[in-house]
Amino acid sequence: MTSPEQFYQRDWSIHPPAYSPGYKTSVARSPSYSKISLDNSVGELTGPVFGHSDIDAGDNDLLTNFAQPGQSPIGERIILHGRVLDENARPVPNTLVEIWQANAGGRYRHKKDTYLAPIDPNFGGCGRTITDETGAFAFRTVKPGAYPWRNFVNNWRPAHIHVSVFGSGFAQRLITQCYFQGDPLIPICPIVQTIPDPDAIEQLTATLDLNATIPLDTVAYKFDIVLRGRRSTLFENRLEGN
Amino acid sequence: MPQSLHYLKETASQTAGPYVHIGLAPKAAGFDIYKRELGWDIAGPNAKGERIRIEGSVIDGMGAPIKDALLELWQANSEGNYAHPQGGDPVEEGFRGWGRVITDFTTGDWGVETVKPGTTLDSRGRPQAPHITLWLVARGINVGLNTRLYFSDEAEANAADPVLNMIEWEHRRATLIAQRSQRDGKPVYRFDIRLQGEAETVFFDI
Repeated sequence: MTSPEQFYQRDWSIHPPAYSPGYKTSVARSPSYSKISLDNSVGELTGPVFGHSDIDAGDNDLLTNFAQPGQSPIGERIILHGRVLDENARPVPNTLVEIWQANAGGRYRHKKDTYLAPIDPNFGGCGRTITDETGAFAFRTVKPGAYPWRNFVNNWRPAHIHVSVFGSGFAQRLITQCYFQGDPLIPICPIVQTIPDPDAIEQLTATLDLNATIPLDTVAYKFDIVLRGRRSTLFENRLEGN
Repeated sequence: MPQSLHYLKETASQTAGPYVHIGLAPKAAGFDIYKRELGWDIAGPNAKGERIRIEGSVIDGMGAPIKDALLELWQANSEGNYAHPQGGDPVEEGFRGWGRVITDFTTGDWGVETVKPGTTLDSRGRPQAPHITLWLVARGINVGLNTRLYFSDEAEANAADPVLNMIEWEHRRATLIAQRSQRDGKPVYRFDIRLQGEAETVFFDI
């Protein structure tokens, strides 16, 4: 058995720092000490494997996965599709992608959400799928609404969909948020702006994809996800001191 | 301009937010949507080894428990093999080695049932003490935090563990060691994660 290849070290310049005072909740939840850097061992290089017995075919269709028969949620019907790739631009196949979001009015189906916009009886707000051999995935849903949140007195989250991805090793585990092209709330959102690199924010912004729309039915946005890449063995590694 | 390397940039992380349960644990959010929620059975019915329970809380910099966190665990079976094609020898049928758990909305406590993992090797072939890889997300955590859970009854293996020994500040190694006790004749380990302040848990850049 060959050991899986090590991952490229994470480029922290594109990730939000733990301590981001503009996002107030981060202040008491951010470690103060530096993280200890680890060579990857098998526990970081491997990760859980998911298959089609773990999920059901309709789990990626948020228009129907919680709706009453014959009904559908209120809102702008969208397809969110893309590919999971690694830093080497290779597809990441057979990996689990899970999403969750507010409804079209900006309200979450969660016992702790008390925003005055109503719950949609036909919308759960979560979906999941497994990427195909090319790393591709697709969800059908409604475009989520913006909503206010307590941070400064008047903060609004841009429309967003939360995305969770596994990859092929636990060190690739990632949760992020997908925003939508042209949303004026993106540049003034304290959570978006925890990210120091403007290009990294652009990379979290899904693009209108007219070619993927269904005419007279559903509009489409493209959102690719990039996970950490693995080194390839060009020469045997002679570890320092060996 | 020299030649371009054509690598892509990793997608930036964003907080899982307060409603992470909707996506990853919808029953906890208050609704039932999937036939199977994932991650609730780490070891499965056929796993060999010692059955254990692990409990803990996640504590913020003000000493308060975090009541909206989600943890994922990734571990080897009792013989040190991971449920992955390149994770060693085949594992018992139904052994997944992966789980997810949330902190309770009222108490902030979490708890899982699993089996105690075996010894694994690091990238240089050195034995690593039994441990579980942990990943923690919550509102206010911008990038998921990685840490490791070791076991207090493995003192000898822990003392030789290459990762624990890499932590320069010896007193901080204790933050990674779950404390064993017995309850109703069964082993229970306690593992509290402190995000900040005195006794801050060691986190890893993996």
